[in-house]
Amino acid sequence: MPLLELKNVHTYYGNIHALKGISLAVEQGEIVTLIGSNGAGKSTTLRTISGLLKPRQGEVLFNGQRIDTTPPHKIVELGVLQSPEGRRIFPRLTVRENLEIGAFIRSDKAAMARDMDRVFQLFPRLYERVNQRGGTLSGGEQQMLAIGRALMGRPKVLLLDEPSMGLAPVLVEQIFSIISDINAQGTTILLVEQNALMALAIAHRGYVLQTGQIVLADSAPALRTNTMVREAYLGVV
Amino acid sequence: MAVEATTGPEPLVARRSFRSFMSEVFGPLLQVLAFVIGSATILGLLVVLVAAALRGTRTDIDLLQGTISILPQVIVDGLVRGFLYATIALGYTMVYGVLEFINFAHGEIFMVGAFAGAFFSAALAASGMLDGLGPVLFVLAAVLLGMAVSGLLAMSIERVAYRPLRNAPRLVPLISAIGVSLVLQDVMRMIAVNSGLGFNASFKTPDLGAPIVLGQMQIAADRTIPISIDSRSLIFIIVAIMMVTGLNYLVNITKLGTAIRAVAQDRPTASLMGIDVDRVIAITFLIGGALGGAAGVLFGMRVGTVNPYIGFLPGLKAFTAAVLGGIGNITGAMVGGIVLGFLEAFVASYLSLFTRGQFSGPSYADIVAFSILILILIFRPSGLLGEVVTQKV
Repeated sequence: MPLLELKNVHTYYGNIHALKGISLAVEQGEIVTLIGSNGAGKSTTLRTISGLLKPRQGEVLFNGQRIDTTPPHKIVELGVLQSPEGRRIFPRLTVRENLEIGAFIRSDKAAMARDMDRVFQLFPRLYERVNQRGGTLSGGEQQMLAIGRALMGRPKVLLLDEPSMGLAPVLVEQIFSIISDINAQGTTILLVEQNALMALAIAHRGYVLQTGQIVLADSAPALRTNTMVREAYLGVV
Repeated sequence: MAVEATTGPEPLVARRSFRSFMSEVFGPLLQVLAFVIGSATILGLLVVLVAAALRGTRTDIDLLQGTISILPQVIVDGLVRGFLYATIALGYTMVYGVLEFINFAHGEIFMVGAFAGAFFSAALAASGMLDGLGPVLFVLAAVLLGMAVSGLLAMSIERVAYRPLRNAPRLVPLISAIGVSLVLQDVMRMIAVNSGLGFNASFKTPDLGAPIVLGQMQIAADRTIPISIDSRSLIFIIVAIMMVTGLNYLVNITKLGTAIRAVAQDRPTASLMGIDVDRVIAITFLIGGALGGAAGVLFGMRVGTVNPYIGFLPGLKAFTAAVLGGIGNITGAMVGGIVLGFLEAFVASYLSLFTRGQFSGPSYADIVAFSILILILIFRPSGLLGEVVTQKV
């Protein structure tokens, strides 16, 4: 049984049919990536999984249990955490408070302190800025904080929406290598990316999304050599 | 996070330092204190200067001496009015913070709190226990009762009249709030009149003690006057400061407070952190309502009578105080309340003195205070402490 599964999910924004029957599965321990161009429905898929959008049709299953009518905060309690698009740091909370709020569902203070320490080991920059307000951080620092914040909730599945957006190339590589590390330590990851090259370099499998539909699903190495993917998303002619 | 860091550098655990704890709990209070001292000093100097300038025009009384002799009472009056508006304004600003919605029924929540206190004191008086309770216990019990009644009322109103309209156009919950406020006025009038308490219900208290003399002030070579504060005003100020300190602790330090601030800044993302946004909003109404209820009890206790319409004007002024301080900003609401309270107290006391009674101060206080507010808002639309938040996307 997959850890996270979508079966024929249809999601609408008002009358706009954004997801037209998405089916995908993420197994325990995997990094699965969703690639596709702007407006393909990648973020909508993550927002539907997190319960911010309710699918009009289809099922979302976590551990075999339906979560498509569960409110967002209950989905977080199950262990599905999201680092949303645009980072969405709380601008007037300090770095420490942003991390604390990421652990809102937990009450094991000692383990939370250890996890916060772990986040600071991953991102020493955040420790330097621990009492600064989130809104004063640079884009890269905010991305680190967004990932760290999601880790503070001890996710079983981590949903990452465009972690490379707006970052300098050197920082992108660093972020992706940390994502790989997090996965190696046992967290299952569903990664949404426009930077298909980087995403396919660390993922085990991938899905290609086009206008709300999955047009291709394969292992990451196979997608990297697929002609259509190479032309459309990797910029190789 | 399955693997714990067992080796490597010193753990980088970032605990809140004692210093940051103190600054987050008492920092806003110091800011309020600065505005208290600032308002009192500036307005005090202003009236003394005006009095000195006008001194020659009056032969009947010594204007300067008269001005100085009432100054301490005016400052106490300003403090009481200021804390009244501040505690009510907190309810507006907290709800605005999480919902960007003006809860126009908040003045009536204040009024219901005042009536809860009046019912309590009437029940005690009827059973002959009023004087036996003692002032401290009486004030404590009445304030806690007012907080409970108003807090639960505010929470119920949110559940019934606002939450179903959460996704409606913004004017719709506003209309609903105005409706709620009319309903509360008339339901309370019905209860008050039929319960025997009466439309103008008297708020009895046990003997709260004589005015406390703080010192003597020499106003002329041969004349000193005592500077004193009456016990009801003192109780008002002490309880208000305690509540404001408690609120700062709750909002700035506790987990619940962090959740309230997170919801205020970004509701969908807060829900992605596992925060039950509806619950946090309900708790925000509970807290704001409880502060309003406490203010109502203190107000009723000080004035001595309450009626179902006493919520309207203080509510409107507290809303203005919240806007003046920067709506959505908790410290701003307190500062706005203080500034407005002092402006009003000074105008109410000195206007008729300076105009030979041609303009009666209390009736013109609102006009002058609101005109000054309009000026402040023209030049500082985000309020005294309102900040322009730059948010990177």
